[in-house]
Amino acid sequence: MASSIRVRATSNGDTTEVQALIQHPMDSGFVKDAKGEIIPPHFIQVLTFEYDGKPVFVADWGGGVSKDPYVKFAFKGGKKGDDLKVSWVDNKGATDTTTAKIQ
Amino acid sequence: MNITTSEFLANRRLVLKGAGIAALIGLGVIPFDVPRALAAANDKYPEEAFKQKNEADAIKALYGKTAETSDKVKMDAPEIAENGAVVPISATTTLSDVTSISFLVSENPISLIASYKIPAGTLPSVANRIKMAKTSNVTVIVEAGGKLYSASKEIKVTVGGCGG
Repeated sequence: MASSIRVRATSNGDTTEVQALIQHPMDSGFVKDAKGEIIPPHFIQVLTFEYDGKPVFVADWGGGVSKDPYVKFAFKGGKKGDDLKVSWVDNKGATDTTTAKIQ
Repeated sequence: MNITTSEFLANRRLVLKGAGIAALIGLGVIPFDVPRALAAANDKYPEEAFKQKNEADAIKALYGKTAETSDKVKMDAPEIAENGAVVPISATTTLSDVTSISFLVSENPISLIASYKIPAGTLPSVANRIKMAKTSNVTVIVEAGGKLYSASKEIKVTVGGCGG
């Protein structure tokens, strides 16, 4: 299965800018479907970005984050060609991980 | 935001919650451990904070303290969001020693949207997309040097993003 995570990490020599787009329904548990039944909550709770074995950014999310969530941040350091590890876990215990090369 | 009112409400909520816990103990049910939940808030998923309906309660559950308004916290958000399901919001700050940045929407069924941990070396600037049920104040909280700073802005929503 293709990864649910799309990451672009670009280094300008000083800082690395990271943009991530993840495919996930992010159901809050407050929305009803066409039949009027509540769609149960299903959302990513923790999204972690690791560089050089250390977390550089950790997102704690609730159901209020939009479907197919997007996030952007930047950290100091990070060299072109180095790995950036991205992983998430949702409220049902599902996870996904990917490793992106810094460009 | 009127801080005194929200503090009063938060305190009142706390008293009510306390009464609820006492009632639960009376029934032999073990409630969640409040101090431990607060202490662990820095490294674990803040489950309790994401259950609070009200903004002040969510901030209390997440950080255990209240925030002061600061013009050093900058929020970039639209005046009017045509689609409440996807509202792009970014926040940045000139404050130093930032350890976390959180986003809250006061009129959403669950106020806390996202809380980002900012380790040393990561820039205190985050962009993300959030859902808004209706027109509401959106608050950004920045934790810097152990203190909380906030900025709020009202965003008008033409089509809500939380169903109903």
